[in-house]
Amino acid sequence: MFGYYIKLALKSLKRNPILSLLMITAIALGIGASMTTITVNYLMSADPIPHKSDQLFHIQVDSWDPNNAFNDDEEALPNQLTWTDATNFTLAKKALRQSAMGMSGAIIEPKGDDAKPFEASIRLAYTDFFGMFDVPFIFGSPWDTSSDTNREQVVVLSKRTNESIFGGENSVGKTIVIAGRSFQVVGVIDDWQPMPKFYDVNNGAFNETEELFMPFTLKEELELPNWGNNNCWKSPDGEGYKAFLQSECINTQMWVDLPNETAKAEYMDFLNNYVMEQKELGRFPRPIKNRLSNVMQWMERQEVVEEDAKMMMWLSFMFLLVCLLNTIGLLLAKFTGKSAEIGLRLAVGASKSDLFKQHLVETAMIGLLGGIAGIGFALLGLQGIKSLYGDFVDDLATLDVSMVLVALAIALLSSIAAGLYPTWRACNIAPASQLKSQ
Amino acid sequence: MSNTQTSTSINWEIGPIFRAMLRNKVGAILIALQIAVTMTIIVNSVYIIVERSKEMQRDSGIDNANSFSLTSVGFAENYNVPISVEEDMNALRSLPGIVDAIQINAVPNSGSGWSMGLKTQPGVEHDGVGTAVYMVDEHGINALDVEIIAGENFAPTDIGMRVVGQVKWPAKTILTKAMAENLFPEIPYASVVGKSVYINDTEPMIVVGIIDKLQAPWVGWNNLENVMLSPERMDFKGSRYFIRTEPGQRDTIMKQVEELLANSNKGRLIQGMRSIEETRERSYRGHTAMIKILSTVMVILTIVTALGIVGLASFSVNQRKKQIGTRRALGASQLAIVRYFMIENFLISSIGVTLGAALTIGLNMILVNTFGLDRIDWFYIPIGMLVLWIVGQCAVFGPARKTANIPPALATRTV
Repeated sequence: MFGYYIKLALKSLKRNPILSLLMITAIALGIGASMTTITVNYLMSADPIPHKSDQLFHIQVDSWDPNNAFNDDEEALPNQLTWTDATNFTLAKKALRQSAMGMSGAIIEPKGDDAKPFEASIRLAYTDFFGMFDVPFIFGSPWDTSSDTNREQVVVLSKRTNESIFGGENSVGKTIVIAGRSFQVVGVIDDWQPMPKFYDVNNGAFNETEELFMPFTLKEELELPNWGNNNCWKSPDGEGYKAFLQSECINTQMWVDLPNETAKAEYMDFLNNYVMEQKELGRFPRPIKNRLSNVMQWMERQEVVEEDAKMMMWLSFMFLLVCLLNTIGLLLAKFTGKSAEIGLRLAVGASKSDLFKQHLVETAMIGLLGGIAGIGFALLGLQGIKSLYGDFVDDLATLDVSMVLVALAIALLSSIAAGLYPTWRACNIAPASQLKSQ
Repeated sequence: MSNTQTSTSINWEIGPIFRAMLRNKVGAILIALQIAVTMTIIVNSVYIIVERSKEMQRDSGIDNANSFSLTSVGFAENYNVPISVEEDMNALRSLPGIVDAIQINAVPNSGSGWSMGLKTQPGVEHDGVGTAVYMVDEHGINALDVEIIAGENFAPTDIGMRVVGQVKWPAKTILTKAMAENLFPEIPYASVVGKSVYINDTEPMIVVGIIDKLQAPWVGWNNLENVMLSPERMDFKGSRYFIRTEPGQRDTIMKQVEELLANSNKGRLIQGMRSIEETRERSYRGHTAMIKILSTVMVILTIVTALGIVGLASFSVNQRKKQIGTRRALGASQLAIVRYFMIENFLISSIGVTLGAALTIGLNMILVNTFGLDRIDWFYIPIGMLVLWIVGQCAVFGPARKTANIPPALATRTV
């Protein structure tokens, strides 16, 4: 029977080609618009490190101004740490893994006369960074813990940087000149672009991963420039770079790996004790307030999903609603036009449920076709988003298999929902009156 | 000869039309709903588009069309920033076609910069006013194309040399009119000249001049025009230059400057050369994209709704062929038939746009609460209603006119 209904549905679609096209296009447009915005929102709010996002925690402590909270919200905590606190937390080693981190940049001078110097972004971190975030390596490995303490000039390259400097070969052990100094390459990582770039959302939640990684301790040693956000409630006590580092200015992020609730509770105790000690030294003038946020909580607190994206998504749902209303109206008209045929079928013995099934197949067919065309529109829409917003959304505007399935499901469900009333009406006509007018 | 009757009173037949509509309630309700939701989306979209365009059209204060910026990053060991900047400035300022050039810490509208708080009284307990800081020398006023409307410019002797990690600030500052008025709301801006303001809670700076208008780097900031100028050059490895050219010469000059700077000193890298127009385009990219997306959505939505009306009208015409034929046979004019469908649509649209007005306000309230948008201006709503009415009438006109061509003879045939 199912096959026969499909045949009937196709026939019926062909009978009013313009009307069918109109319905399919309407559903396709609605689905296309919704899928475009759902995809962008879905990727913006994706879990960047799903297997560990529950056990990685971003640290916040309230080291801010005694007279004012960090922002207008009295409950707000500073979104970064001071260099001093992040360094102390890392050295305390109270978590399974921990790393203070920051952003910097320097000029790389490749060897060879025709090779041009270029500026590269640097992620400054402790060696735990790589293990904690499961950063994949192609060559070599993270630097040793001793490189952190001894402030050795070692560097891990991104895949792309390794390609532009060493042509993609195994460069472990080679040296490069960064910021006028000689660095030894200890590792090269594979493509690694967490989306969002959760470990530092203050400096662009969807920015690219840095081109180089080197020990955080080199920031002080080499006086590397502070790239990225820096925020002060009071000016440094004294002049110069050291005074800036040791000031109350916040410019450092800090993540810890706490595998279970006990570890988390113990870490909170550690933070509270630390702040208490610091209070005795005259720091931390505000009431004690510390916070550990796991990856998804942190993404939420930092409002990583762009407001415009959310707004677009709600508007696109309304758009889909209009398209569905449109389809309901057209289906209603169409099925009413078929009254005579339905009457005839009822008269010759078809049951109402047969007719209901038959017309449901017809609406589902419209939905499916609309959904398929809608995926086409969504691809077009995502292409449009890419061209409008530029390169940085490349990773936010790709349709994956699960999204395609979602699109088809929404299209099917919504078209069947849209078809329910017209179908019900069509099956409830009195056959006699329809036959009379023949 | 008998006089033909000159005055005919038109019977609008609203009563019968309305009663006929009640017999097909669902169809009418569907169209009304569709019109209502369409209106909700369109009016709110237009409102968002207008708001965003207004933001983009705010005057930045600088010469957008004829200015550009670049960064010079020194990397050679013997690279001396103050000397290089001085040499660069001399070379740039003497280049024909360049109006003026400065070293600056941040580029207006670029998205990254420095901010500080200024107070009118010294002490941590007083509230400060946030401001963007531009560090410029005495050529700043000319290069940025701003006008001193009270007081005076910095003198060459005022210009200090800022080093990395420096805490101290120079003795003088120039404020924008907006900043002066925010700090001292009760006195005219011209009288702010000569007053002391306090930076870092206690460090005094004397206001020597007021400029008309200059925007901060962050286009999304509420106090976009809170700006102070600080008389300084910077001894930083990475130096930003801001260059203003004679009208129309920007693009040629940009090429010349790139070559000039790259060749004059091999110990540094010239990068990020970008016209202010491009800088602004990047900063406002989100706005531009939103405007384009919403415009597309509006057009498609209007077409979908209009086609929906056409489709439904065509169908009801087909269904009522016999009835229309009968009316024609009984003497109804073609006009009367067209009028019937137009009025029917008008009635449905009226319900739709009335509901649409309520939904529009509702959605706007949600947008205000959730996304911090401003309240919609009242006049958007009647305009939106009018537009949807017109769309409805246009959409139904085609099928209605076809109806009128139905021959009266049809009534006598069985369909």
